[in-house]
Amino acid sequence: MEGTTPNAALAPGAGRPGKIAGKIVQRDRAVFCAAGYALVTLYGLLCVLPFVLVLVTSFTSEAALMRHGYTFFIKEFSLEAYRLAFRNPQRILWAYRNTVCATAVGSTLAVLIATMTGYVLQRKDFPQRNKFSLFFFFTTLFNGGLVPTYILCARYLKFRNNYIALVLPLMFSVWNMIIAKSYIKSIPFEITESAKVDGANDVLIFYRLILPLCKPLIATLGLFSALAYWNDWYNTLLYITKEERMSLQYFLQEMINSIQALKNLVSIGATVDASLVSLPQETLKMGMTVITTGPIILLYPFVQRYFVKGLTIGAVKG
Amino acid sequence: MDGLSAGAPRRARSPFAKTAWNNRYLLLMLLPAILYVVVFSYLPMAGIVVAFKNFNYQKGIFGSDWVGLKNFRFLLMSNKLWFLTRNTLLYNLAFISVGMALEVGFAIVINELASKRFKRLFQSFMFLPYFISWVVVAAILQAVFSYEYGLLNGLLSSVGAGRVNLYADAGPWPYLLVAFRAWKTVGYGTVVYLATITGIDPELHEAASIDGASLIQRIRRITLPCLAPTMAIMFLLALGQVFRGDFGLFYQLIGNNALLLPKADILDLFIYRALSSTSDLGMASAAGLYQSVLCFATIMAVNALIKKLQPDYSLF
Repeated sequence: MEGTTPNAALAPGAGRPGKIAGKIVQRDRAVFCAAGYALVTLYGLLCVLPFVLVLVTSFTSEAALMRHGYTFFIKEFSLEAYRLAFRNPQRILWAYRNTVCATAVGSTLAVLIATMTGYVLQRKDFPQRNKFSLFFFFTTLFNGGLVPTYILCARYLKFRNNYIALVLPLMFSVWNMIIAKSYIKSIPFEITESAKVDGANDVLIFYRLILPLCKPLIATLGLFSALAYWNDWYNTLLYITKEERMSLQYFLQEMINSIQALKNLVSIGATVDASLVSLPQETLKMGMTVITTGPIILLYPFVQRYFVKGLTIGAVKG
Repeated sequence: MDGLSAGAPRRARSPFAKTAWNNRYLLLMLLPAILYVVVFSYLPMAGIVVAFKNFNYQKGIFGSDWVGLKNFRFLLMSNKLWFLTRNTLLYNLAFISVGMALEVGFAIVINELASKRFKRLFQSFMFLPYFISWVVVAAILQAVFSYEYGLLNGLLSSVGAGRVNLYADAGPWPYLLVAFRAWKTVGYGTVVYLATITGIDPELHEAASIDGASLIQRIRRITLPCLAPTMAIMFLLALGQVFRGDFGLFYQLIGNNALLLPKADILDLFIYRALSSTSDLGMASAAGLYQSVLCFATIMAVNALIKKLQPDYSLF
């Protein structure tokens, strides 16, 4: 920023009118920056406002929403959506328990496997490491598709209504392994080498010497995995039918859908229990969205620093 | 190695066994990932044979009877294959190009902005949509587009315009889907490109501006060429999945809405529907194989082409 204009003005003649160039550069820049700030602000709002809308609506009374529709302002403050959501909390609590456990167990294992595999595959002295890498990479180019995977998991691995269906499918990703590999590659090989000379075995070297140097990597992979587990509804859709074993996002989807179905019934004139129709449906939807998404968004400001850092690691392709 | 050989067994005689034994700890650490990939990637590849079988749940994949190409004939007879393939391909091409243009654009603009605070704030705003699931996006969509109470219809009727029912009108959905997909993923891509831009040697820019290059010229001649390798990799990786739709996006936003499907049906939705009505399982597996082969052929062909034109940019 500071470097541009003075330097341009200082430019040795050499047939170029440095001053004029400097002015052009300056104007150019001012226009670019003004447009840039405007654009970026607009897009930033576009990203945030939907969240504001959901949050605000969840604290609005259903009656006010019926009158004014969705707005960005609380017309009538009310907690009825939350009160209703927690009147029969059993299903929310189940879903919370399942998702929290799956996230905790799953992302721990995911980080461990990705870093371990990445470490081995970047070891210069590991024979055939390229063949092993290809063995993993090939799965990103070709796969069996949904049907064989589904049959395998449902029929042979007993995924149906089993908690492993919420944990196993997201436990390993070749991309995370590649990020780990290229990060660990930047750690000097001499650390491993000298420890080997001292007689330490590879597991110990990895656990005692390498892992402690991988904190940003661990934070990033942990976040990626935690996000994948927290937001997972797909595996519940495929394998789970028992209410007490469903994940949080699937529960949210099911609830939104059943409210919608109820509305459709009413709109075609079907007789529906009046107590159901009078429920605060719209605000309940938004309240449930806040309840199920809240933790991951609240976590966001704390982990954002690592997240950006970690992405940068991933971008530096080895 | 000497410290370890104390326990080496006598049978480790052949060179292979010896190498394996010497690396036993590394192999042990590799084992979980290998097992995982064998079970969840390579076994399903073998399971592809189900596309040529009349699958019977009791008999299992390998016990079921062979039916040759019958499943593929059904798939062709459904007359939807071309339509679905075209939709999937066009949607993905739109996602890739719009996404990349926005990501690179935002990365360049953000990089030029002076205020560090503003930069950081904006980056965290952009990332917010990346943190939520498509389920939540669908809920937000209802808040904005719902016919009776939605934000958009509220605004429209307050300025005297008529209400629109987007859930019954397929027309705008191709644009909406591209927009929402970009909204959710652009934050991530921008950070990736921004990292690459930050890695560009500042001397290049200084030298250019000393020579009187304008900002636009510098972006065109320095920043973009420096971004090209990253763009090529991202593009290639995306192209490898170009016949595989974003199931979450389409399932949550379109789902089974028969009014929208004519404009927004993709292979993945079709396969899922066929799978969930178990009678069409054979057809679903045939479509899945078709999709996998298309993806594989595309990535191999494009990679070979790029290798010929620009060897540095090829993926492998």
